[in-house]
Amino acid sequence: MDPVKFLPFLLSGISVGGQYALIAIGYTMVYGILRLINFAHGDVFMVSGLLMIYISASLPLYAAVPLVLILTVALGFLIERVAYKPLRTAPRMSVMISAIGVSYLLQNTATYVTGGQPMNYPTLPFVSQSVSIAGSQVTWVTILTPFLVLALVVLLVMLINRTKVGMAMRAVAKDFETSQLMGIKINSVISMTFIIGSALAAVGSMLYFTNYPYITPTAGAMPGLKAFVAAVFGGIGSIPGAVIGAFIIGICENIIKGLPFAGATTFVDAFSFALLIIILVVKPTGLFGEKATDKV
Amino acid sequence: MKWNKMIALAVTGALSVGMLSACSGTSSNPSGSESGGSGDKVIKIGVFEPSTGDSASGGKKEMLGMQYANYETPTVDVGGETYTVELVYADNASSTDKALTAASSLVSAGVSLVLGSYGSGVSIAAGPTFQQAGIPAIGVTCTNPNVTIDNDYYFRICFLDPFQGTVLANFASEKFGAQKAYLLGELGNEYDQGLITFFEQAFTAAGGTVIKDSYPTNNSDFTTYLNKAKNEGADIIFTPVSIAYATQIISQASTLGLEIPILGSDTLDDNKVLEAASGTSVPLYVSTFYQEGGDPDFDSGIKEYINSNADAKTANGGDDTIAAVTAMGYDAYYVALEAIKAAGSANPADIQKALWNVTYDGVSGSIAFDSENGDAIRDTAYIKVSDNAGSWNLETVQTVQ
Amino acid sequence: MLSQKKNKKGLYIALLACLAVLALVVILENTLSPTGMLFIVLRKSAVYALVVVSMNLLNGFTGLFSLGQAGFMLLGAYTYAILTVPVEKKATVYYLYGGTSVNFSITDFFQGIFGSTGAGGGVALVLTVLLALILAGCVAALFAWLIGLPVLRLKSDYLAIATLGFAEIIRAIFQWDTLGPITNGANMIKSFPGFSDFNIDLGGGNTFYLSTFVPFLISMVCIGIIVLLINSSYGRAFKSIREDEIAAEAMGVNLSKHKMLSFCISSFFAGVGGAMFAMLTNMAQARVYTSVMTYELLLIVVLGGIGSISGSCIATFLYVAASEWWLRGLDAGEFLGIRSPLFRTGFRMVVFSVIIMVVVLFFRQGLMGDKELPDLFKRRKKQEVAK
Repeated sequence: MDPVKFLPFLLSGISVGGQYALIAIGYTMVYGILRLINFAHGDVFMVSGLLMIYISASLPLYAAVPLVLILTVALGFLIERVAYKPLRTAPRMSVMISAIGVSYLLQNTATYVTGGQPMNYPTLPFVSQSVSIAGSQVTWVTILTPFLVLALVVLLVMLINRTKVGMAMRAVAKDFETSQLMGIKINSVISMTFIIGSALAAVGSMLYFTNYPYITPTAGAMPGLKAFVAAVFGGIGSIPGAVIGAFIIGICENIIKGLPFAGATTFVDAFSFALLIIILVVKPTGLFGEKATDKV
Repeated sequence: MKWNKMIALAVTGALSVGMLSACSGTSSNPSGSESGGSGDKVIKIGVFEPSTGDSASGGKKEMLGMQYANYETPTVDVGGETYTVELVYADNASSTDKALTAASSLVSAGVSLVLGSYGSGVSIAAGPTFQQAGIPAIGVTCTNPNVTIDNDYYFRICFLDPFQGTVLANFASEKFGAQKAYLLGELGNEYDQGLITFFEQAFTAAGGTVIKDSYPTNNSDFTTYLNKAKNEGADIIFTPVSIAYATQIISQASTLGLEIPILGSDTLDDNKVLEAASGTSVPLYVSTFYQEGGDPDFDSGIKEYINSNADAKTANGGDDTIAAVTAMGYDAYYVALEAIKAAGSANPADIQKALWNVTYDGVSGSIAFDSENGDAIRDTAYIKVSDNAGSWNLETVQTVQ
Repeated sequence: MLSQKKNKKGLYIALLACLAVLALVVILENTLSPTGMLFIVLRKSAVYALVVVSMNLLNGFTGLFSLGQAGFMLLGAYTYAILTVPVEKKATVYYLYGGTSVNFSITDFFQGIFGSTGAGGGVALVLTVLLALILAGCVAALFAWLIGLPVLRLKSDYLAIATLGFAEIIRAIFQWDTLGPITNGANMIKSFPGFSDFNIDLGGGNTFYLSTFVPFLISMVCIGIIVLLINSSYGRAFKSIREDEIAAEAMGVNLSKHKMLSFCISSFFAGVGGAMFAMLTNMAQARVYTSVMTYELLLIVVLGGIGSISGSCIATFLYVAASEWWLRGLDAGEFLGIRSPLFRTGFRMVVFSVIIMVVVLFFRQGLMGDKELPDLFKRRKKQEVAK
């Protein structure tokens, strides 16, 4: 393929990958600690986008952006407290059902509030502008996303490796019960996880919807699922794994879309899943996952 | 132990409530001649439209036309008696598996005939239900040929996709001299893929070549597809997709600075799409059933209706641009009234027999049904172009012999 | 000896109860208006109940967390549809592809033997549907076996996500344009025998309705087979895998064999259920069988109680009736006589999802926990004796 023609595919792949990464971190952290596939995470991402639309309609952007961040974090915190905390001793399937229920509720509420119409996301200054790179137009968001993601990931890794909260998180992820016995307040650790995950989802939603500016109630479903696939791919529980997995999935997806064969695009989603299954079968814990040994 | 008893009781209770409500539901007279609260005779017309899901935006506008027509003419004279027309709604959620129960809910509500739907898939899915119940349905803007084939109870007042695809293909080669077309539709969507095939047939017959792509459901990233169209040197992009996707495609085409004309089908004739195109330089053309200005009386009437009613304005997407589907919904309502008058009764079977010969001069043109499938005999499509400032201009009126 | 006798008695009671339900369905359908919402809800519940029970067999009894049910339903639905569309209708159904490459039809085969009208037509219809349903199940089971070879080694959530992925891949393949002459691409396959074809025309405008009876009968037979399976030594092996894989293996249960067996059987019935869903909706289209459908089924399993067959059946009816019927007034502006501006489009599903959340959070065992309907009565009897 002609490299100049190839470039835009690669660029949008990297950008999409970055946005998946921000969602995937939320999945992977929650899974690492609670062993829960938080199906509602993609919908939190969607709600965050809708909040931005409604809030920026009445407030200036510099006030709207932090407010959206705070509200999304509050939503994530609330979901954990209401829907997951009461089920801490319940079987894992019940918790997952609860997650599916929350996802259902968020989507249906969004349908009710928006009346089922696609909602237009506000244009953010500067980042929505386009620049021309090698003859193709690219938005600033596309270029900035990977750098922002990397910066956030470095911060996050520092938080986890250097601070007390991070240490507690690692301990809880390693062994739930023992860390409880050691005096770690697991509830606050879990809340912290959800807060970080939601905040990243909010940032991700700002980047994502700036590029794809119409939000429908199911807008979170696909990015959510892809991000989850990325998290599993990279080894669930591992933050660098999730990020690398997300970039791989995002780039592969866009290259497949760009392939000049008839019918190749039919299998864009199928490809991500096929990749996932192959990885799982060959290396069941993902690329960077830790090998878990079952205790009898 | 008490707990189990309570559950058992609750379940039995729920079941019996269900049975009871079923009985009360079925005891009402299905012919619709049951007397209403005020003592008037009521005839029920079912509105089978999506108000949630991908096509919600279009479904709501179509309903708006029916509601306005109902507001304008709330009664119909049948055999010397005046009946009040009551619209009964069922949301088919733009989804073929919800369509079945939505259609059944209309049947069990005892409607005399059904209007709708916007979107072909749901209409095809609901067809057998109406057929088995013996209730005629008038498709408003479901353009896929399969809606009426093998179903004597499904009629429609709009043109069909083989026609629409050909019109657009001809338009593409005449207006732009297009040699290469990029066709993009939703994977597994009957409407999109059908139109794309018809377009392809007409376009390749005229000597053009096409590149076909499809995107998965719930996709929002179209930049790669659009870049591909550009790289492959496509002269036009044909994308007959749902409104939610069309808005994404247009806004992303604008950020990419794409100059290739985008052609759309009747679904793109929507003010959400206009909103996405306004302020951009994307050349956007759509084929449709009606152009604002076609009937000034209707235009001014419905604008007043929309502006005086907050709910209607929200349903119309927040402004008073008239969508073609609204005009079609309006016409469908009057065709229904004509059929009821011609049948001389509220009985679905009589209306079905009468429908074949109904003719009506509507705001979207004259309507008559062919005797084979009950399709509208139409040979005209309007092609509109977005002025990218929030309104449509009439580009041309196309016919195919 | 005693327990055997008791079991036999229970079996008879269960059989009688099933017959009573079937009789009730026939009577209701022929006395009430057959187009009422009750019957569409009953039909859909019958179909869903089978799929939910098949999912419960896998997720509830064997403890294998699979999310591929919609994919297996799709396989069943398409197998049934492709094989039973009469040859003369194929040109219309496959109109975009100028006909199909599958140029035979089970319907025509049996109609050629028994004739297409009268009693012969009836026999032909029954045999067609029977054979096609079994083939639908077999195709789903075959795919399950192929998929199971690699993925059944995976643990819990990984298995769930891998099966979900497979369902999505299967869907994409069936929507692929190139396979259009077989799968009809994006278009629906229709014009095949459905439930309403079982209604018997008595002449003179009278019809003997069987369109709700038939799905009930098929579902009951299939669920009956599943119940027998669960109560057999295989069922006990499945349950032991759920409780503790390692202990089960230590007790001599062949893990991979039993997991595969459970997976294939569950998929077989999901395939049959998918074919029935196609019969119910009179069409087969890939875009219906999404992961959303699997989540819906999983929700019903949990609402009914993981590991309870009767719970699954009752929950299916309540779920379908509530979402499709009882709450519909919430969308239309009037519910239980109350009018409110809050009641507009979409409110039904909001209320419905709140109800689901309440059940999931406060009634964790679901409707029945892991008990069956007869257990409730047994308890009550003991209580009475104690008094």
